[in-house]
Amino acid sequence: MRLLSLAVFLATWWIAALLVDSGKLPAPPAVLAALTVEAKSGALFLNLGATLARVVLAFVLAMTLGVAIGYWMGRVRVVNRIGDPWLILLLNLPALVVIVLAYMWAGLTEAAAIAAIAINKLPTAVVTLREGTRALDPALDEMANVFAFPRAKAFQHVVLPQLAPYIAAAARSGLALIWKIVLVAELLGRPNGVGFEIGVAFQLFDIPLLLAYSLSFAAVVLIIETALVQPFEATISRWRPRAA
Amino acid sequence: MQLEVDILAKAFKNAAGESQDVLAGVKFSLRAGEVGVLFGPSGCGKSTVLKIVAGLDHDFQGKVLRPSNARIGMVFQEPRLLPWRTVEENVKLAAPLADEARLSALFDILELKAHLSHFPNELSLGLARRVALARAFAIEPDFLILDEPLASLDDALAARLREQIAILVGDRSVMTLLVTHDLDDAIRLGDRLFLLSARPAQVLDVVPICAPRSKRSEADMAAIKTKIARHTNNSAKRDA
Repeated sequence: MRLLSLAVFLATWWIAALLVDSGKLPAPPAVLAALTVEAKSGALFLNLGATLARVVLAFVLAMTLGVAIGYWMGRVRVVNRIGDPWLILLLNLPALVVIVLAYMWAGLTEAAAIAAIAINKLPTAVVTLREGTRALDPALDEMANVFAFPRAKAFQHVVLPQLAPYIAAAARSGLALIWKIVLVAELLGRPNGVGFEIGVAFQLFDIPLLLAYSLSFAAVVLIIETALVQPFEATISRWRPRAA
Repeated sequence: MQLEVDILAKAFKNAAGESQDVLAGVKFSLRAGEVGVLFGPSGCGKSTVLKIVAGLDHDFQGKVLRPSNARIGMVFQEPRLLPWRTVEENVKLAAPLADEARLSALFDILELKAHLSHFPNELSLGLARRVALARAFAIEPDFLILDEPLASLDDALAARLREQIAILVGDRSVMTLLVTHDLDDAIRLGDRLFLLSARPAQVLDVVPICAPRSKRSEADMAAIKTKIARHTNNSAKRDA
């Protein structure tokens, strides 16, 4: 089914390319040629690797902090009161503002780029995890309490499985957000990565190059989603009689 | 090993912010090897007493003297199993130190052998109740708390499970507190009945049952029943 849907996409693209000016929308072979050149020189893998590394670092950073802060805000009312205005501010701050400010304050550095991406994702993770924590079943907390589960054990076996769907949701939406933002961050202030190459292609008006990078980036996203995120979700929800 | 409960008052705040008295003088004590039964009408606050005794609710007036660092095994009204862990994991998580042979014997008594690798969502309520019982017994509790463990089960199953509980309780000198609104359960399992009034609950009377659990004849039970019926009638008259 997936293959069929990809084939339909490819066919549509090809037909559209035949109908419109080939300068605006190159046919698949032209893009493939650009892709081969980039792959042969090694630049494709270097740039994809650089972007992926940024994604991974920003993702891990944002998820770790987001889960911790969200859990804390969900459990402790005072923390929620204090944190909530910050959260609303961060949620509504445009990604561009964060990225530009980070570069201006911390210079055009790797740390600034990763921090800026992470800050964009952080508030949504916090909000999701806070909701998850509020939905924790007090009956199971009581059970763990009576049976004197040690803290770490109660967290691992009682709390974490209840948070897992929320963590998965935060990871899912967070990853999508990061895929979008990382290219902007690279375009504005990094000397490599898919975003940088797309910026170059834009300046040279090199549409095959632009599409080659966009599509290989999309392919990476697709592979990671199907090979990592979806199996993870399936594993953690295997106890449900019918996972949606 | 002894339990001293002296709850003077307990009130809940409802959603409208009004305070409602739930308990008004619940005082009793329990010795090791004894099965105490809290018996009273539905909604009189029995589960609230259990929560306080189990140390889950500290917001009350009075005091509860529990043996220090007693291992508590509790069977809640709902099974309260971890849905994401198998039957076996549910029991072993609560009782990490239990040895295999003992666990195996326990699963035998409760007829759970065939269901060890099932998840709680795949079990009927009766089975889930038995898993909750297995969990409570697996930790070899000093203090066992059973909150309506047989409620909403059909008669045949309830009778079998009651026998299983009697076997497990009789096996070791554990201090047991059972809550029920079923007089049959109370008389068959208890050594002493604490009769509770309607809300706000207070202990109306303590009825000792002297005959050993296995030797209780129908006649004994009928005698105890009339005795208890007299009590409840009296209190009804007093209320009227």
